[in-house]
Amino acid sequence: MKTKYSSLFTLPYLIWSLIFIIVPMGLVVIFAFTTENGQFTLDYVSQVGEYTNVLVRSVWLAAIATVICLLIGYPLAFLMSRMPGFQQRTMLMLIMLPMWMNFLLRTYAWMTILEKNGLLNKLFGLFGLGPFDMINTQGAVVLGMVYNYLPFMILPLYSIMTKIDNRTIEAAQDLGANTKNVFLRIVIPLSMPGISTGITMVFVPSVSTFIISRMLGGGGNLLIGDLIDLQFLGNAYNPHLGSAISLVLMVLILLCMSILNQFNDDEDREGMLL
Amino acid sequence: MKWLSKTYIWVLMAFLYAPIGVLIFFSFNQSKSRSNFTGFTLDWYVKLFHNDLIMQSLINTLIVALASSIIATIIGTVAAVGLSGMRKWTKSIVMNITYLPVVNPEIVTGVSFMLLFVMAQGILRQINLDFEFGYITLILSHVTFNLPYVILNVLPKMRQMDKYVYEAALDLGCPPAKAFFKVVIPEIMPGILSGFLMSFTYSLDDFVISYFVSGATSQTLPITIYSMTRRKVSPEINAISAIIFVVVLAVLLLVNFHGAHKEKQSRREGARI
Repeated sequence: MKTKYSSLFTLPYLIWSLIFIIVPMGLVVIFAFTTENGQFTLDYVSQVGEYTNVLVRSVWLAAIATVICLLIGYPLAFLMSRMPGFQQRTMLMLIMLPMWMNFLLRTYAWMTILEKNGLLNKLFGLFGLGPFDMINTQGAVVLGMVYNYLPFMILPLYSIMTKIDNRTIEAAQDLGANTKNVFLRIVIPLSMPGISTGITMVFVPSVSTFIISRMLGGGGNLLIGDLIDLQFLGNAYNPHLGSAISLVLMVLILLCMSILNQFNDDEDREGMLL
Repeated sequence: MKWLSKTYIWVLMAFLYAPIGVLIFFSFNQSKSRSNFTGFTLDWYVKLFHNDLIMQSLINTLIVALASSIIATIIGTVAAVGLSGMRKWTKSIVMNITYLPVVNPEIVTGVSFMLLFVMAQGILRQINLDFEFGYITLILSHVTFNLPYVILNVLPKMRQMDKYVYEAALDLGCPPAKAFFKVVIPEIMPGILSGFLMSFTYSLDDFVISYFVSGATSQTLPITIYSMTRRKVSPEINAISAIIFVVVLAVLLLVNFHGAHKEKQSRREGARI
């Protein structure tokens, strides 16, 4: 609909975005590069270097969680996409249901299961095993990430795989391709946009989380998110350093996403909405 | 092969649902233990409804979610209508700004809001205006992260709409404002509704952004749940989980049933043609 009022209609939204998207982002950048007196400085940005081990840990744990989600989610998404309609809808609902529970509750559930006197250790006890230290480990943090974000991997994969025509697969089989080749040369290339959306949707929240690491990782497995939180609401109050770390986090994510984007030029942004 | 894929699905479902099942199971536990079931009780549910802090935060959550999703729906719908008539390159600039809060990590968005509101406090104090972190900051930030979802839901509907219907209304002497409300709005209503519902649920569920912009007196339910998890034992959380689970299940079943019904109907209509 083209009218002369078009730009007038978007005006309230543009003003809103200016105040609440552009200005806050600008503030993060300004805070990262200034001292309390408002003078330009690179101190805070270079100070982030002291936390390299935390940065590396965050990226590492998030990457492991993302790979596990992909490995678990991919077969499921494929199986789902080949089911009859009613079963597909039911499965979709079953996967979305935990997603709509608040993630704090989901993470809390694992807290109670992995505890020293928790359910899992009790179960091991029945067989004369354990008790194992499961909570407050990096494994527990990865588990929390996988559990919380697995649906974000399955849904975009599933929605791209429903578009893969069964006849394409059958044609490949008719032409003599074995199961391995069908997957490697037909299914995986065709589902590439779903893979990259899924990876982004798991990796971004995983690498920036601060609750999962706090609840399941104890005090010893701080991630970037925890560092940022400490600078703003914790004891170490220093919004300048916090902004510098946020900036580094954003650049890190942009970098990872631009690497991913090399693999697919199709922009399938609808998947982002799920 | 068949049984292999079946087992795989069952194992995954167990992984997804076992933790939630455990939570709900222990909401009926008499003792506060999270691993010893000592007897059945509904006490925690009774306690939950008599807990003023939890009830107040539930009310706060609903107020913030409702207010922010209504405001976001209005601004977003109007923006989407305008956007659909804009030139390509201006549109793509605006859309890139729109995607920013969607792709940005939540914690960075939360922190940036906090910086903005602290700065606004400083500026307003100079003209003797004081505001606290609370409903205002919560609603403003929730509207901001809800807006993309409204726009991205309404925009496709605008694209599908037959623009000649609007022009026909004008040709037949309908004033533009009336044509907008009588012709355009009904056409894009499904998009507006799904945008509103999406905003509302995201707003209800949000923790990270609210955590940075809520005041001491305006905690939302997720924030209260968070402070409860910090305490060692709080069986009320289990009761909350059970209630939320049932509500979500009911809503999903309803939406799913409605969707299936509509699909059948449209298929029947298709067959008739």
